[in-house]
Amino acid sequence: MSNRTGAAAVAKPTLGQPILTVEGMVKYFPITRGILFRRKIGDVKAVDGVDFTLHKGETLGVVGESGCGKSTLAKLLMRLEDATAGTAVYDGRDIVAAKGGELRRLRRQVQMVMQDPYTSLNPRMTVGDIIAEPLIIHGVGGKDKARETRVRELLDLVGLNPEHINRYPHQFSGGQRQRVGIARALALNPEIIICDEPVSALDVSIQAQVINLLEKLQAELGLSYIFIAHDLSVVRHICDRVAVMYLGRIVEIGSEDEIYNRATHPYTQALLSAVPVPDPDAREHRRIIRLSGDVPSPANPPSGCRFRTRCWKATDLCAEKTPALIEREADPHPSACHYAERADHILG
Amino acid sequence: MGRHSHSIVEQDSAPGPDDGGGHLLEVDDLYVEFRTGEGTAKVINGVSYHLDPGETLAVLGESGSGKSVTAQAIMGILDTPPGFVTGGRILYQGKDLLTASESDRRAVRGREISIIFQDALSALNPVFTVGWQISEALRKREGLSKKDGLERAVELMELVNIPGARERLKAYPHQFSGGMRQRVMIAMALAQKPNVVIADEPTTALDVTVQAQIMDLLGDLRRELNTAMILITHDLGVVADVADRIAVMYAGRIIEHADVHALYRSPAHPYTLGLLNSIPRLDDKGKTLRTIPGLPPNLTNIPSGCPFHPRCRFVRDVCRSEVPPSLDLGGRHSACHFARELLAGELEPTRKEPEL
Amino acid sequence: MSDQNALPPDATVVLAEGEAGMGQTRSLASDAWRDLRRNPIAIISAVIIVLLVLMALWPSLFTDADPYACDLSRSLQPPSSEAWFGYNLQGCNIYARTIYGAKASLQVGLYSVIMVAVIAAVLGMLAGYYGGWADAVIARVTDIVLGIPLLLGAIVILSSVTLTGVWPVVLALGLLGWTSPARIVRSSVISAKGQDYVQAARMLGADNRRIMIRHITPNAMAPVIVVLTIALGSFISVEATLSFLGIGLKGGEISWGADIADATGRVRNALGPVLFPSTFLALTVLAFIMLGDAVREAFDPKLR
Repeated sequence: MSNRTGAAAVAKPTLGQPILTVEGMVKYFPITRGILFRRKIGDVKAVDGVDFTLHKGETLGVVGESGCGKSTLAKLLMRLEDATAGTAVYDGRDIVAAKGGELRRLRRQVQMVMQDPYTSLNPRMTVGDIIAEPLIIHGVGGKDKARETRVRELLDLVGLNPEHINRYPHQFSGGQRQRVGIARALALNPEIIICDEPVSALDVSIQAQVINLLEKLQAELGLSYIFIAHDLSVVRHICDRVAVMYLGRIVEIGSEDEIYNRATHPYTQALLSAVPVPDPDAREHRRIIRLSGDVPSPANPPSGCRFRTRCWKATDLCAEKTPALIEREADPHPSACHYAERADHILG
Repeated sequence: MGRHSHSIVEQDSAPGPDDGGGHLLEVDDLYVEFRTGEGTAKVINGVSYHLDPGETLAVLGESGSGKSVTAQAIMGILDTPPGFVTGGRILYQGKDLLTASESDRRAVRGREISIIFQDALSALNPVFTVGWQISEALRKREGLSKKDGLERAVELMELVNIPGARERLKAYPHQFSGGMRQRVMIAMALAQKPNVVIADEPTTALDVTVQAQIMDLLGDLRRELNTAMILITHDLGVVADVADRIAVMYAGRIIEHADVHALYRSPAHPYTLGLLNSIPRLDDKGKTLRTIPGLPPNLTNIPSGCPFHPRCRFVRDVCRSEVPPSLDLGGRHSACHFARELLAGELEPTRKEPEL
Repeated sequence: MSDQNALPPDATVVLAEGEAGMGQTRSLASDAWRDLRRNPIAIISAVIIVLLVLMALWPSLFTDADPYACDLSRSLQPPSSEAWFGYNLQGCNIYARTIYGAKASLQVGLYSVIMVAVIAAVLGMLAGYYGGWADAVIARVTDIVLGIPLLLGAIVILSSVTLTGVWPVVLALGLLGWTSPARIVRSSVISAKGQDYVQAARMLGADNRRIMIRHITPNAMAPVIVVLTIALGSFISVEATLSFLGIGLKGGEISWGADIADATGRVRNALGPVLFPSTFLALTVLAFIMLGDAVREAFDPKLR
């Protein structure tokens, strides 16, 4: 407990109030065999003990590669999946346990922008209907004319022409569709928006437009974001704090400065070293850390530290004792490695 | 000539006379159209580039730029219909592949020029083992026996650093991870020691650490085999890492062509400039990203004059009416009326920055 | 007049840059309609069907003759200016009977398809959306009904039902013919259920009812509609078969099938009584099948 508050105190002093506290989040997907009588023979441990706090007005990035559990984490927070264990407390209420009316009220405060703009909008609904849907479901924003006004406001807010309110998604480009998705997420005036790879499916020059839009909306509306992505450059640009995930756990968490300039976990260092930098002159200086082996299966993760099978520092201790996500000597931000230490020249 | 020591010269792919200025592969003023019910999309509009032995040319562009289509035209795998080559030549060792006989083209395709696709899972046949697929071309083209073919497959799999190669000969594509499948594709592409490898977005679908491994591998292999590579991508980071020269494509045209250091240090086209300014960089946390407003054009209705003019910060009247020629700036080219001024830093914007 | 020197906001650049045809609101349905209008096969089928509907509703538009006015003295007379198709064995005007017979065929086709559509939509939706027990139970029911041979089942139903008019046949076809459409609906629903926009709706707080009606139904029904248009044709054909076997319409309605049955015995003497109803029957079935095919192509987003 004290570790986390300690980390928050050492991090940027301008962090707002904590608004979402996630503790011990776990999601196992059972693996079954048999058709008539299904026997459970194991679990895919997609998320295996995740703790973090989101503060008002901040953007918390969650990065990791495929299979790390970040998408599952998003689904758990949005209650698309039910957690195996853990709590996610917002405004005194636990998102994980909420039901019925309480869950509906919570949904108004926590919304999501999905990754693929080509499949996240119902092709047979106009964008006006798509954006109005949350208003209709929750009975807010008045009726008919008042609602339409609100939808037009939202279209304008995300940089689209309100006159296009009766068009269908296929008449828009990918970047524009993503804006519609953002407008939909904003309709209920949420406090938290979970962005699940919101720009990965877009062209490079369009990514910048959407990123700028997200930042502008955050400043104007006081939103807090959980920004899930695999593109570390984008994450660095938009996030205040970053959590790095590997095989269902957070291995390192800290401010953007701490993670990108003073990373202490070997996986984070390897990840950062692998990102290509758009500067040909940096070629000579770059030291890419090559990881050996493949990512282990989440159905059968290694004992102790999950990264140990690919880590160049691994010892027996790593197999016996799971390293906790606590502050380390090398740098005062939480890092789950017994041998946490800084490395220089990762970013060329 | 050094390059011939690696290619297997056969009677039916006789190379043309080496005429000094001849490049290994040259695309000359290529035009490709896609004829659909919605109209004719002019996908490639006069594209020319060349490739010499051992070098890496990056073809950079976003979706709709036509970068993959040139590769398909070179390999002869363009979907016809609806795609039609309506002009230009594709010269391999001096011989025009577009007018060559089918057997000549088959001799070149896969053997002298091979291709690596973006999605290995759909490019590999799921019902045949990996060993069988890698050795297939060797058995057919070089007449190797099944046993010899598999032996060579093991060698190739080891060459691309697939651990436990011999045991995995009998494995199927879906049993491999994404990175491993990509290595299998690379092994297949290199099986016949081609002179040219076209890599079409080879790492876009992969995680970043795997991407680094694959690009490293490609670099090592090219150096060992002295293979020339055309790398097709939209990733400015990857390009900076591996390319010698870059051709930037927009709306089916090459709008800038330069050495990689020159391009990144001082772009000579507003589109390139816009792209470089709009990417967030790992080594530098910038302010609001400077965007290129608007959208890439609809290829059935390309704007008059310079295709980029509706989105260009520096647009002037001539840009709207006249297609800019490819200006020679001394070892580099740019299809902008004001390339020289831009390069010299003397080009004033004519439009405000957009708000969003 | 927009300021040419100010950069247009992103949205309007779409219009300015020749996104031809995007000016009007265009739904998938109106896109499909536009394609259908230009498809010659669809037009021909539609014309045939419209003519048949007119025949069914206002047969007097097509003939003044009375199909029931049968005079044995005119038996098997060949086509003439009063009777374009000639007379059948009983001396009835074949042309008149063929025109009047359209009504029964179309009624049977339409009503049974509606019944099948309702049953298939409900069962398919429940099975596909809820899965689990609902799916298992419905799957078994489907298997049982599938196992009943159509003609046998039709005979049983028709002999135990005392309704008049076309309703016995409609009931028989409706109760036996929903299995394939139901399966199609089920798999459509399952695939729609997994779409991102359905997850998005759930995250917004939509309840099951809203998701089924607003999101799944519009996106899952397209393949079924096509199958049903084709089924309409085949139901008409089945009715003709039942009538041919003597177990179809019993109340004295004029039916192409019954007429064909009556005429088959003497086909060597006179072709007319068989030929004309058969041709109309074949054309009708063909028209529905072709229309169904054209509708399928028009609605297929992959072909866009």
